[in-house]
Order: sequence, then C-alpha cells, then structure tokens
Amino acid sequence: MEIPYTITARPDTGLWNAKVGIWLFLASEVMLFGGLFSGYLFLRLGADSGYWPHGLLNVPVGTMNTIILIASSVTVVLAWAALKMRQFTRYRIYMAVTIICGIVFLTVKLAYEWPQKFEHFGAYIKPTSLKKYEEYLGNKHLAEKGLPPRFEITGHLHEVEINRADADAAELDAVIKGRDLEITKTEDGGKVVSIKVHSPGDAKALGEVRGLVTNPEEKDPLKQVRKPQGVKIESFELALDEINAHPDSPDNERPSFVPRPLSDKIAEIKTEDIDSDGSAWSAFVPRHSSYFAIYFTITGLHGLHVLAGVLVFIYYMLPVSTKLYRQNPEHLANRVEVAGLFWHFVDLVWIFVFPIFYLL
Amino acid sequence: MSAPIEPHSTAPDAAHSAHDDVGKHVKLYLLIGGALIVCTVLTVALSYVNFNEWFGGGHNWNIIVAMIVATFKAGLVAAIFMHLLHEKWTIYRFLLLTVFFVIGLFALSILAFSDHIKQ
Repeated sequence: MEIPYTITARPDTGLWNAKVGIWLFLASEVMLFGGLFSGYLFLRLGADSGYWPHGLLNVPVGTMNTIILIASSVTVVLAWAALKMRQFTRYRIYMAVTIICGIVFLTVKLAYEWPQKFEHFGAYIKPTSLKKYEEYLGNKHLAEKGLPPRFEITGHLHEVEINRADADAAELDAVIKGRDLEITKTEDGGKVVSIKVHSPGDAKALGEVRGLVTNPEEKDPLKQVRKPQGVKIESFELALDEINAHPDSPDNERPSFVPRPLSDKIAEIKTEDIDSDGSAWSAFVPRHSSYFAIYFTITGLHGLHVLAGVLVFIYYMLPVSTKLYRQNPEHLANRVEVAGLFWHFVDLVWIFVFPIFYLL
Repeated sequence: MSAPIEPHSTAPDAAHSAHDDVGKHVKLYLLIGGALIVCTVLTVALSYVNFNEWFGGGHNWNIIVAMIVATFKAGLVAAIFMHLLHEKWTIYRFLLLTVFFVIGLFALSILAFSDHIKQ
C-alpha cells in the first residue's frame, strides 16, 4: 500500500502525513516523560530532610554527555539541511557524526557511569544509632550551619563479617569460590567469618545464602526446602568516601564539581545500626533510595530513546535510503526531518534530566 | 565514493525554491548549538552558587534558577531545531492540549501534598 501525502501537504491538515504522525507521537512522549518527571517531583517533595542525596553523580562526565547530545542535535538538523540542498555526501557525513555521538553517549552511560554506581556502597544509619557514627556523619557541624543532617555512610565495600549456621557451610563455600572471595578471619569454630569482597553485589550474594534443610543431594529443586534464616551479616567494613571521612570539612557542605577520590579511612558499620532492620544498605542501584530508583528509571528510558534514534539513523545510512534519495530526495528529507524531530525531543528531555539529577 | 549521487526524480521538487532559505538557516543552527552549550556550562556553574544565601525566603532558589535556564534551552531546541517558530496550526493545537494535560499531571503531584485537615 502506498502511503499518501509523504511530500505534498494533505489539504485538511496543511501538512504531510508523517509530520502529523510524529507530533502526535511526541505529544504522547511528553505525557510519558511528564508522568515520570511528576513522579520525581512527588518523591522529592515527599523526602524527609536529609534523605534526598546530592552529589552522588559525576558532574564533569554528565556535562560532557550533555554537550555531546547537543552537538548531535546540531548535526542532525545540518544533515536535514544538506538533504534539502541536495548535498548527499555532506548529509551522510553529518548523519555519521550524529550516530557516533549517540553511541558515545550510550557507551559513557552503560560502560562507565552505571557500572561505577553498581560498585559504590551506601548504608543508612537508623536514627537511634546516629550518635555512634557521628565521626563519619558530622551532624553536629551540619546542625550549627543550619544544613540538613546526614544519615548515610558511603564508600567502597571491603569486607563483611558474617555469622553462619551449620547448614549454610556448603552453599557458602560455593559462593565464596564462585565469586573468588577471600576469607580473612574465622572465629567461634568457623561460625563467624570475615570475608573480603569486591563489590556490594558479593555482600548481597553472601546474605542470600540460606542453606538447605533437606538432603543437598536432591536434584529436583522443587523438593529442596530452604531455611527462613541463613547467613547473617554482622558488619560491613568500607573505605569511606571523602564526605564521610571528613564530615566537618566546609568543602563537604556542598557537592563538588570534580568527584573527590576515596579517602584512605576505613569504617566499620554494624548491621544492627542500619535502618529498616539492617536492610537499608546496597550498591547505588534502584533499591538504594527513591532517588536512584527514579534516576535509573528516567535515564534508562531516555537511554532506550537514544538507542532507538541511533537505529533509525543507521537505517538512513543504508543502501535502501540511498535508493530512496535517487528516486525521491524530498521523501528522504522528510523522513530525516521526522527522525530529527524525535532526536531533538530526546535532547530536550535530557536538558531537564541533567540538572535535576546531577546538579540539584 | 564514485560519481556524486544525484537524484533523478521527475516529481515536482519543492526543495529547490527552499534551497537558499535552508542555506541561510545553517548559520542559525550552529549559533543555537553554541548557545545551548554555553547555557549548559552556565547551568553547571550556577549550581555551585548558593542563591539561597542571596535571596533567602525559604525557597530553593538554585532549583528555580536551574529550571529557568533549562526551560530557556528547551525553548531554543523546540523553536529553532524543531521548527516550532514556523509551524502549522494543526501542530500548535496538539501541543496546546499536551501542555494543558502536563500541567494537570504536575498539579496532581503537588496536590498530593496538600493537607485539608491540617489547614
């Protein structure tokens, strides 16, 4: 079936059809992202004082990604303009640059920014134990300055101390071997074990060891019964972030532009002092806080949009599009304009995403 | 690449009259791109200025300032890159409806925090 009005305007709308289509689609996209942004607003307004994190993202990298996305918005509109002027070689160059920008943006996100978050560890201290950790939180200093209090201690996780039951031994050994962890200390006849870990994910895996009640030789997983309680994590040992190493320093009152390196200070946090019955610890993943939950949701959906745009632009570089250009250059120009409108919208969303997550 | 690819279209070609127009716009697009990058650097720089110390009043002024700059940037993208300065009324009508509903959406979020019993 031939789609009508690909170049000439439809009399009643005054527009070629794809343009009406893309704007209706973008209107629905505005509602989609609008819903998520209003979710952000809801979560942020509802957060108690001190519970909305600041300065956890890498601002220079975010700034660079913003500039890359803006540059790609310029090149895509130049690609369209080149097509309008029937400069096909130039069009292909601009299009290639746009695709490269999109891929760089996604690579920075997926290969650098997100994995860095997955390596980071944070634990929220419960209100009744805050005093014990004052040397890492500096709440007295913050109160004097009229700044919101700190409840979280962050850094890189080094070691966990666990308390295991007899039934856990085999599965625990499997986890330690499988993840290439190292036992540094054992006490109480092997029941209390200190284990060196590489990331918060290792600690999570250790905490999930439940041990089997039924015969471990049983092959059918449905016939195996697990205990409600298995390995219990007693404490965490972490290399502190600068902010928790020197919480009274005026430098740490506001987030810094260049992320500060880890300090060489080590802290031990007892699980019994952690909020939500000892469960308020994790890597910087969605379960960490409503901040990271909405951060990963919005940047993830935005990333999918970038990916979709890149795929469409790649299609415009294929021979099939060259063929269309030979037959009907204005049709290709209109297709590029429509994809460009989508791309600018993705850029526009990022213009809001960047300040609300990285800066404010 | 071999010989430059030229279209052999016999269809009526509206583009040729628009050729000069588009050519003039290229400079504008580059200019706007530059302005957007400058605004990005500005947003980052302003976020390290403590506006609350200056203005006070219990509002988080840094958020207000950042949102003004972001809205300005978004306006540039929409008006120039997305050609909304010169668009047909059909599209303006779609967008007016969208703006209306988005404002409603945000109002719902804020409404959730209004407490009728305490007030």
